[in-house]
Amino acid sequence: MARTRDGGDTARHDPALTVTRDALSAVFREEAGKLAASVTRILGDFDAAEEVVQDALLAAWRQWPRDGIPDRPGAWLWTVARRRAIDLLRRDVRFRELTCAASFPVSQADEDDRLMLIFTCCHPALWRGAQVALTLRTVCGLGPAEIARAFLASETAIIQRLTRARRKIATAGIPYRVPAADELGPRLSGVLAVIYLLFNEGYLCSANAAQRRDLTDDAEWLAALLARLMPAEPEALGLLALIRLHRARAAARFDAEGRLVLLRHQDRAQWDHAEIAAAANLVVRAARLRRPGPYQLQAAIVACHAEAASWETTDWMQILLLYDALLSHLPSPVTRLHRTIALAQVLGPQAGLDAADALAGDLDRFYLFHATRAAFLRELGRTAQARQADERALGLTANPAERALLEQRLA
Amino acid sequence: MKYVLLFCGSDEDAAAFAAMTPDELRARYAEVGAWFAEHAAKIGGTNYLRGPESATSVRFGPDGPPVVTDGPYLEGKESIGGYAEIEVADLDEALRMAKTWPGRGTVEIRPVMTQP
Repeated sequence: MARTRDGGDTARHDPALTVTRDALSAVFREEAGKLAASVTRILGDFDAAEEVVQDALLAAWRQWPRDGIPDRPGAWLWTVARRRAIDLLRRDVRFRELTCAASFPVSQADEDDRLMLIFTCCHPALWRGAQVALTLRTVCGLGPAEIARAFLASETAIIQRLTRARRKIATAGIPYRVPAADELGPRLSGVLAVIYLLFNEGYLCSANAAQRRDLTDDAEWLAALLARLMPAEPEALGLLALIRLHRARAAARFDAEGRLVLLRHQDRAQWDHAEIAAAANLVVRAARLRRPGPYQLQAAIVACHAEAASWETTDWMQILLLYDALLSHLPSPVTRLHRTIALAQVLGPQAGLDAADALAGDLDRFYLFHATRAAFLRELGRTAQARQADERALGLTANPAERALLEQRLA
Repeated sequence: MKYVLLFCGSDEDAAAFAAMTPDELRARYAEVGAWFAEHAAKIGGTNYLRGPESATSVRFGPDGPPVVTDGPYLEGKESIGGYAEIEVADLDEALRMAKTWPGRGTVEIRPVMTQP
């Protein structure tokens, strides 16, 4: 094709037709899961649906940057996908019945479909790594390369993981449906755990990994979707609030040199107070449903911190009570360790240290256990022991931001 | 879908079973009987197996004749104590059945291959 460089570029870069990568990604995320959900329901086959959805998304990926994003991108994708789906169905004995379903795209907007997709991707018969990859792939519409970048894995490994997971769904007979009421509770916990894991994966690495995909975006989007699809589930609201409360304070977590700043020393003016207030309202909305749970309680604890004007004026008594409630739902030594910090604020550093020491059996290999003890020891004036504890902590973490902070304390 | 439930147990499970009093044992057998009765419509062939100490294995190596050994295929602490074929709608229904199995230990759920 003998196109001159100028000619070609002018045609391509007509500003009216320029579609940014971000705009494309946003539309893809909104539409990919819906499309996958509808196609899976109609084909009744997770694996075949994946193929059809991929073809449609690929066609959009080629055409939209050139022609612009259509007014109704979902309908556009559906038209392409339906054509492919019907091709596949021709080989199926149930052809008539199924094409009938495919020609009524009314159900395409039915969001409950995406709920089925989420529950299938997070089925407990799949291991956690497969649940995470499938959810990102199928519900969020991420490509294997993007998932690989987010988890610092190879693309081949992710493709293999996805293939194995889809094969297991088919061969093991994992159903495509929202679980029945009697098992909804534990199954929802599994879904929430996947979303929170995604969030933490993104949140803990945001300092020195600019080239990694920001999974906190995907996690917040998924949590918002779930809260919208399950408005009567307070834990879904709780998780969304928790994620938003963390993100609203993200700007203050690192200093100009990219070093981690502890909550106590963060510049609270940098927090997004409007976002904090909105997220705190979600916690209240969830509480009105009168079914407390670990995500709501964690969100309530973070809200207490986020709404305080300073570390000193924080409502530590309230936080302590919330930790006790959290421990009654979800006993964990790490939660007990966090509780010691609130306890020390209410009863003094010696009480904090005693409570922390009682956890040595469980947490001796955990850097934060030693770092927390070091802080209490320093407050008590036991500097030499504080140093020892910080050194122990340093030997137990490989995270660069955490190491930098400890090295600074030891300098 | 057709599945086979494999009732497995570890040495610890076996020790716990052996430590049960006759009354406890009777109660356990009654629970197991009730479980089979409740799911009778979905259960095909089912059997308890004699213990791994009664097992004999015939192993095929890369070459040479098969070798007969005294003992089970699964070596070590776990063994299969019985199985039940079931016909249910999907994995969720199989899971619901397996979760109510009164025999404790571990229940492995394996789909039966229906097409080549």
